[in-house]
Amino acid sequence: MTNTKILSTLEKILPTVQLPGRYTGGEFNQVTKSWESVDIHLALIFPEIYDLGMSNLGLMILYDLINQQPEYSAERAFLPWTDMEDAMRKESLPLYSLETKHPLSSFDILAFSLPYESLYTNLLNSLDLAGLPIYSSERTNDHPLVIAGGHAVFNPEPVSPFIDAFVIGEGEEVIIEILDTYQSSQDQDHSRQQLLENLSQVEGVYIPSFYQPHYQADGIFSHLEKLNQKAPDTIRKRIVGTLPPPPTKLIVPYIDTVHNRAPLEIMRGCTRGCRFCHAGIVTRPVRERSQEDILKAMEVLIPDTGYSEIGLLSLSSSDYTGIVELIQAINDKFLDQNIAISLPSLRIDSVSVDLMDALAGKRRGGFTLAPEAASERLRRIINKPISDQQLLDTAREIYQRGWHTIKLYFMIGHPSETMEDVQAIADLSRKVLSEGKNIIGNRAQVHISLGTFVPKPQTPFQWVGASSPVEIKEKLDLLQKEIRGRGLKLNWNDPEETQFEAWLSRGDRRMADVIYRAWKMGAKFDAWNEHFNYQRWLDAFSQAGIEPDFYTTRERGIDEAFPWDHIQSGVKKSVLLQDYKWSKEEKIRPDCRGDCYACGILPTYNDLRHQNPGPLWLCPEVTR
Amino acid sequence: MICVIKIPDLSGFARKLLAEISPLIYSQRYYRMKKQRFRIYFSKTEQMRFTSHLDLVLTWERTFRRAGLPLSYSEGFSPRPVMNMAAPLPLGFTSTGEIGDFWLSDVLSLSEFHPDLKKSLPPGLLIQETEEIEDIFGPKLPTLVTAASYLIILDAKSPDLPEKIENLLNSASVIRDRKGKTYDLRPLIQELNCDISSPSKLQMTLSALPGATGRPDEILAALELPATGTNICRTEIVLDTNGE
Repeated sequence: MTNTKILSTLEKILPTVQLPGRYTGGEFNQVTKSWESVDIHLALIFPEIYDLGMSNLGLMILYDLINQQPEYSAERAFLPWTDMEDAMRKESLPLYSLETKHPLSSFDILAFSLPYESLYTNLLNSLDLAGLPIYSSERTNDHPLVIAGGHAVFNPEPVSPFIDAFVIGEGEEVIIEILDTYQSSQDQDHSRQQLLENLSQVEGVYIPSFYQPHYQADGIFSHLEKLNQKAPDTIRKRIVGTLPPPPTKLIVPYIDTVHNRAPLEIMRGCTRGCRFCHAGIVTRPVRERSQEDILKAMEVLIPDTGYSEIGLLSLSSSDYTGIVELIQAINDKFLDQNIAISLPSLRIDSVSVDLMDALAGKRRGGFTLAPEAASERLRRIINKPISDQQLLDTAREIYQRGWHTIKLYFMIGHPSETMEDVQAIADLSRKVLSEGKNIIGNRAQVHISLGTFVPKPQTPFQWVGASSPVEIKEKLDLLQKEIRGRGLKLNWNDPEETQFEAWLSRGDRRMADVIYRAWKMGAKFDAWNEHFNYQRWLDAFSQAGIEPDFYTTRERGIDEAFPWDHIQSGVKKSVLLQDYKWSKEEKIRPDCRGDCYACGILPTYNDLRHQNPGPLWLCPEVTR
Repeated sequence: MICVIKIPDLSGFARKLLAEISPLIYSQRYYRMKKQRFRIYFSKTEQMRFTSHLDLVLTWERTFRRAGLPLSYSEGFSPRPVMNMAAPLPLGFTSTGEIGDFWLSDVLSLSEFHPDLKKSLPPGLLIQETEEIEDIFGPKLPTLVTAASYLIILDAKSPDLPEKIENLLNSASVIRDRKGKTYDLRPLIQELNCDISSPSKLQMTLSALPGATGRPDEILAALELPATGTNICRTEIVLDTNGE
């Protein structure tokens, strides 16, 4: 279908769907290059609806970088909501790009962002809506190259039969290298196989079809066989030495989106080492953006976008060196401009309260704290060592400074968690509430959000067994009974949805068959309550002849090889294993910003550290 | 310093005068005060057809912020910019006749106001005209609206359209049912005519008073024309400015 036909079909169907503004593009700061003026067309795809996809900072960074290259262009595509999908399928309208309304099949490269696993069926649905074969092996020279990146692909195996090339790690530099390689392969008339071989030589690129996994008789993964001798044995994630200037000409949606604000990344990585945290490991080393660069970016963000809110993003805002000075400087410059600044992920201490106090205007909604576990014992196991007293002192401070609501994040389901630990969540929440009642009486509120622990690959908990939905339900029942009454509110996740996430997180290549079958049976938008269907997934498992518990509740042996071992985050498996053993001994691994414990990042990125000396990297300097 | 003069007692003119001559009286409340009122006549084009009324307001707020123009903000816990649209435009309609009022917290001349704003507009908005409204605290735009005109480009050919229109206009009443309520459409039609050259066009002016607002899609239905594939454009919002 041509782009003019797509436009006329849209004209007909858009008035009939919900929120048609999702499907039109044309927003302020959109970059539209004429189709003929560029050599290589790349589509950036977030396989979710526009409302969520437009908040994906990674996509916006790459959009900006690629479009700065005159010979390349990046356009966007998102997945339509079900009503639009039905209309599109009825009219045979393929998935198209928002900028020029070209069908995705006419692009050279389709680049998918996969930050989390519940997008996998959406990935398949996107390929199908684009009219492409789902399996990489069935695609030919006539089809676009399908690549994928994002945090989830630190274990790429469950979706590897669908993807031609994975990009491991940060995309800023490697995406241009991929485009260059694509172009030179095309100039030399290389076959698709040859193109993939050329791409396998780009650092950080993983071509799954060049490897064949093997399994032991008991079903456990044994090793990966290399089918193409030129392909590397292991794939080391890409990182940038210095954070490039943040994009400021961000696309400003015409319709309301999930985070309707300008994101500004102030720091990448985290030194804390919470053992359950995937992002904390895969985004190492910590690199900060200088205060000067942040202020400079903020000054142009407002006239460039018109946003009234700027989100200063990082995994742990309080840990940014000189955060107090930064917030002071921001306040001096931007006070009274009706600009709101948000600062997520704050530590549980009085400095955080000071920071929020400086930023919050008269409106004081909820103040969020994430103790994750309610007993000090369990907090030692997960390596988040804060004391109950510290939490209560911080809570008191928050209520004193005018907030009425504290939101507490807890995680349940770690295998070493006892019912006493679960009871402690209710007890601690009540203690926090009574701090509030002492200060502001019955206006005090505590909202408790319960997440469920999912063991993630590439973390110290990659060996542990996940709790079964039955065990989780028992814990939820207790908390639903205990957390009641005036001032207390409880939120939780469906244990079956967590189970689903746990399957996919540590899945191997055989899992692809389950994903494919689930999608065939209608699975999509699995991250949406109303669409997720547990039974359908169980059916897909049984059709594929795979035992679901094998991937979740089974505790892995310490000498077990993992299907994702060839993907290297830079943190050594031996260090993760040591951390796993320490967790069993309730032994704390201190924050590494004071004292480097040689996690493996420095030897892996020695050259890069050498080229980027100074305080912006939190790892020690290297000498040669 | 606290502003001791009770501002609501003053007339619009006096307030503006006060705003200009008293830079010494400076408090948060004063800072946010409405000091100037502009009326903007604008188009909402194809690209913003599917932007809702609320999101349109947000788009205007962002446009002003990009331009560095100081919109006046409301008081309270979540300050909102002070602006007024004459009448919400239904989703999917385009318009060449929209009107909005905007209050600024600073006094600017029209020549510095207009070009900055024009540069900052998103693709779906076009400014036709800007005027300053002297009476800053005068009647709000929605209360001035009396009627609206629409131009509809029809998808389907309809040779018997002139006849249908004549029948409709000759009827003493046209009872229609909307959301379970019956009402008479006929008195809401001030003007209705067509052009059956290709593509066929329908032009109408409908009453737009509280409790008596005609909808162009209701006219289409009354004429037994399909609503899908038609392009409806509001061409004018008629204001009764005698009171101003």
